Amino acid sequence: MRNVVVENAAAAVEGIKDGDTVMMGGFGGAGLPLGVVKAVLDRGVRDLTLISNNAGSTEDDLSLWFEARIVRKIVCSYPRSAKQFAEQYRAGTVELELVPQGTLVERIRAGGAGLGGFLSPVGVGTVFAEGKEKIVVEGREFILELPLRADFAFVKGHLADTLGNVTYNKTARNHCAVMATAGRTVAVEVDRVVEAGDLDPEAIVTPCIFVDRVFARSLR
Amino acid sequence: MTPLSRDALARMVALHLPAEGFVNLGIGAPTHVADYLPAGSGVILHSENGILNVGPKPAAGEEDWDLINAGKMPISLRTGGSYFDSSLSFAMMRGGHLDVAVLGAFQVSKDGDLANWTTGDNGSPPGIGGAIDLAVGAKSIWVMMDHTTKDGRSRIVERCGYPLTARRVVTRIFTSLAIIEVTGEGLAVQALLEGLTIEALRDRTEAPLHVAGEVRTIKQDGSVA
Repeated sequence: MRNVVVENAAAAVEGIKDGDTVMMGGFGGAGLPLGVVKAVLDRGVRDLTLISNNAGSTEDDLSLWFEARIVRKIVCSYPRSAKQFAEQYRAGTVELELVPQGTLVERIRAGGAGLGGFLSPVGVGTVFAEGKEKIVVEGREFILELPLRADFAFVKGHLADTLGNVTYNKTARNHCAVMATAGRTVAVEVDRVVEAGDLDPEAIVTPCIFVDRVFARSLR
Repeated sequence: MTPLSRDALARMVALHLPAEGFVNLGIGAPTHVADYLPAGSGVILHSENGILNVGPKPAAGEEDWDLINAGKMPISLRTGGSYFDSSLSFAMMRGGHLDVAVLGAFQVSKDGDLANWTTGDNGSPPGIGGAIDLAVGAKSIWVMMDHTTKDGRSRIVERCGYPLTARRVVTRIFTSLAIIEVTGEGLAVQALLEGLTIEALRDRTEAPLHVAGEVRTIKQDGSVA
């Protein structure tokens, strides 16, 4: 029987290399796979493109990646309250692509769903429409938003079974369930791994077809 | 005449929310509106990070950091609450399913243009978050803000000087001095702070204001008679 359980965070990030595009789930700390944050640092990779809602806010989250200067570009909706990111942004050593939050998650959904993009009313008449194709549908103006995919998508789940089916906990689901569809390799950090059959099929949010690796969180 | 306090402004907005409406309160000052919802209003609060039926802040020691609001502060879940992913959450927002979104603002124009995400200061990184999705998608967009800036300039302007969040979206403006409706015929004053004349309000407002019908009186505690 399929079994995607790996031993730890280090095994979950196996294969990541310089220049990769990486999605990190989470809205603030909820849904952020913290073990992965540290394992990626330990790999010593650089020049990452990071797709994430935020850019870190405490000493113990994505701020570590900016402190270590391993991110070349971030695609993000709300990089505020992020001291280490802000320092590099001011110094011009990191590129920011600022994306409205709903557009960010829908671009990821489009990437995971095999779509060529979608038409959004969000940003019409503002700087967020600059450089984008405009299309009128039924008299209303939309902008063409393109899909986002990644080499790796790392998210935090609550429970996973050995097949790779995943549940989430409360508002920690946020971008995680969508990012889990859009990575070439998808790894899920969970609170606990259970046997196949132990999860209520009605409660599974991310079906195992999307998931390549799961591991149980054990924070240092 | 003292402008409404932040708490009184929050109460004034809360008293106007439609009973049993689906409402999103933006981060910052709008979040405090939740503290003043009348008992039994039946208002269902949405938060962009994937929750309907947001409840109050939990007691000290009861916080669950997997249960937070858009401001990343711990909350609770009311009876009948639900969780969902961000894609579905923004479908609610963009798709016209929310009755009201209450947002803060730097400026609102006479046509209802909204500027609330950046003052264009290059020193710190900008953040847009979900404000722009709300501004485009909710059925009604209410702004709550001080009527003027700290140095006395009007926040209700002919044309926004700051980068826009969205064009022609604001339907109602609740300020520390007045309630103003954005209509096809311009800005209509609906209520005025006790002790303030319409002329005095015009002196503090860059955009033209008109009065059509009765103007109600705002008490210092935010109630409106």
